[in-house]
Amino acid sequence: MTEVAVIGFAQSPCLPSAGTTSGVETLVPVFQEVLAATGLAKQDIDFWCSGSSDYLAGRAFSFVNAVDAIGAYPPVAESHVEMDAAWALYEAYVKLLTGEARTALVYGFGKSSAGQLRRVLALQLDPYLHAPLWPDSVSIAALQARAGLDAGRYTERDMARVAARSRTAALSNPKAQVSGSDTADDLLAAPYVADPLRAHDCAPVGDGAAAVVLAAGDEARRLRARPAWITGFAHNVDSPALGVRDLTTVPSATAAAAAAGLRGGDLDAVELHAPFSHQELLLAAALGLGDRASVNPSGGVLCGNPMFSAGLSRIGLAAKLVMSGRADRVAGHATSGPALQQNLVCVMEGS
Amino acid sequence: MEIGFDYTRSLGPVLSRFMTALAERRILGCRGSDGRVHAPPLEYDPVTYAPLTELVEVGPAGTVVTWTWLDRPLDGQPLDRPFGWALIRLDGADTAMLHAVDAGSKDRMRTGMRVRVRWAPEPVGHIRDIACFEPLTDSPPTLPGPTAEPVTMVTTPIHLRYRHTTSTEESRYLRGLAEGKVIGQRCPSCGKVYVPPRGACPTCGVPTVDDVELPDRGTVTTFCVVNVPFPGQRIPPPYVVAYVLLDGADIPFQHLILGCRPDEVRMGMRVAAVWRPREQWGTTPQNIDHFQPSGEPDAPFNSYAQHL
Ligand SMILES: [Zn+2]
Repeated sequence: MTEVAVIGFAQSPCLPSAGTTSGVETLVPVFQEVLAATGLAKQDIDFWCSGSSDYLAGRAFSFVNAVDAIGAYPPVAESHVEMDAAWALYEAYVKLLTGEARTALVYGFGKSSAGQLRRVLALQLDPYLHAPLWPDSVSIAALQARAGLDAGRYTERDMARVAARSRTAALSNPKAQVSGSDTADDLLAAPYVADPLRAHDCAPVGDGAAAVVLAAGDEARRLRARPAWITGFAHNVDSPALGVRDLTTVPSATAAAAAAGLRGGDLDAVELHAPFSHQELLLAAALGLGDRASVNPSGGVLCGNPMFSAGLSRIGLAAKLVMSGRADRVAGHATSGPALQQNLVCVMEGS
Repeated sequence: MEIGFDYTRSLGPVLSRFMTALAERRILGCRGSDGRVHAPPLEYDPVTYAPLTELVEVGPAGTVVTWTWLDRPLDGQPLDRPFGWALIRLDGADTAMLHAVDAGSKDRMRTGMRVRVRWAPEPVGHIRDIACFEPLTDSPPTLPGPTAEPVTMVTTPIHLRYRHTTSTEESRYLRGLAEGKVIGQRCPSCGKVYVPPRGACPTCGVPTVDDVELPDRGTVTTFCVVNVPFPGQRIPPPYVVAYVLLDGADIPFQHLILGCRPDEVRMGMRVAAVWRPREQWGTTPQNIDHFQPSGEPDAPFNSYAQHL
C-alpha cells in the first residue's frame, strides 16, 4: 500500500475583505511559500487539485482563472471540486494511492465577502423544499444550537467557553481574523444575533486561501525530515432533509471518524471545522474526543473561516504540529453543508 | 452587480403529488420503511434508500421542535418583518418541516408551541404556497382549495448581489481605457504581454508588474457567428464575436467585429478599435464599442499561429 504524507502547508491571512473573486493574487504568495518550504518547483508537482465555489464568486467556471496562479504551462494535470478544498485533498490522496502521481498540491480559495454569504449558502439546500424559502446559514445553525440546548447537550455558557478559548488561542495566530481575551462572562453579555447564537458563536465572514502539498513514500521522506503520514482519511454525509436529522448528533462525523480510525482519546491535537461554537461541542461528542487532545490550538474557524479553504487549513494546521515535532498523532476535520451535514476526518502521525 | 435566473425544475412522482396537494391547500407526507411519516415527503427512504410512494395527509397544524428569531429578514425570505424560523412537526408526521413563523414578537416563540399553516392567497403548486405558519388561535382555519391540475414543474427565481473588486492590474487597465489607452503587462520571466493584465503570468505563475501600452488594432485569430437570440442581447443576430490579437500582445481578447458582413470575417483579418464618443468614456471595457476591418492586407497565418 502506498504511504501518503502531508509535507507542506501555507495559508493567507484571513481578512474581512481581500483580493478578487479570481483568487489569483491571494494564491500566488501562498504557492510560493508552500513550494519554498518543501523545496519543490511547480514542475515537480504531478497533480493539482482545488476547491472553490462559483456561487461564492458570482460567476461560472470561476476556478479556471485561478489556474493562472499555477503558471500552467507546459500543461498540468489539474482537477477541481465545488467544495471545501479538504475534499480536493481527498481526491489528491486517492490519486497518490493509485500511483498515478507522486506529489500533489491542493489549494482552496474564496472571497466570502463578495456576496451576502448567509444568503449564498441557502442555495446549497435542496432546491424544491428548502432553498426557495432562503433560510440563511446562521438561522439554520441557530435551529441546531437550540435543539442541542433543549436536549441538554450543553449550555449557552459552554458555547461561550468554546468561543473564549478559541479567541484566546488565536492571539498567537497571526493569520487569525478575530482574537481576544474576553472571558465567557464577557461574551455572554452580548446580544443575540440569532437566538441562541451571539456574534462570538458565529465564525466571521472572511476571505482567504490555503495550500497543502502531499507526497508519497520515499518522495515524502526525501523532502521532509518528519512528514505527517496520513493513516486514515474518510468522509460521510447525512440526509439533506433537515427535519429528518437529529440535529443534536452528527452521525456522519462519527462514521467518518470510525472509517479513518480516529480513536479520539488517543490524539495529541485536533483541528475541528466548527463554524458555530455549539458545533465544536457536538463534534467533540461525535468524534469521541478525550481530555488529552488539544482542540483547535490555532483558534479554529470561529477566529477565521475563509470559505472553501478553511477545512483544508484544519488538516494543514494539524499536519504542521506533526511536521514541527510538537505532536505525534493529530487529526484535521472539515465540514460542508447545513448544520454539519457532511464531515471529513484526516488522521496523521509522525513516523 | 446583480445576477438572477428563474430556475425551472421538473418534479418526480412524490414531489409532484406534494406540490399538487399544496395547490389544493393540503399537505402530504410520506411513510418511510420504519413506519415514520416524513413531512415534507422524501423521495427516498433515509434508512433503506428505497423509493417511497405511500403519501398521507398531515397538518395543517403542528408543533415547533426548535426555533430561532430573525430581527432583520433577508431578501426572498417568507416574511419581510421580524419572524421566527422553526422546524415544525406537523400533526400526523414524525419528522419536521422548515418554515417561518409569523409570531409578531420573539417572546411568543418557544419549543413546543402550536402553530398552523397560513396559506398564500393563490396557491400554484410551490413550497411558497405555504406563506408561513402562525401561532395556533381559535380563529377558523382556511378551508382546503378546489381540486388542482397535476403540478409537474416548479419555478424558483434566484437573485444574488455581488460586489466585484478589481485587482491592482485590472484597475490600471480600466484607468487606461478611461484615457483612451490599452494597457497590458509584460511577464518579467518569459516576456509575454498580457491584455487585459491578469495579475500572474499563466505560463510562469509569477506576478506581472511592467505596464505596456498597446495599439488599438490587431488581427482576428478566430471567430464565431452568433445566430442565437438570448435575453439581454444588444445586437440583432447574426453578428460576429472574435478573438482579436492586438499588435504586440501575446494573448487575444474577445470583442465584437462590426462594420462588415458576418461572412466577410476571416482568420487573419486586420481590425481596428471603434471607440465610443469621448464624452461617454468611463473606467469600463465598453469604451471600445467594437472592432471593424482596418483595410490592411490580411496577416500571414504564421504571425498568429502561436496565439490560437
Ligand atoms: Zn511568464
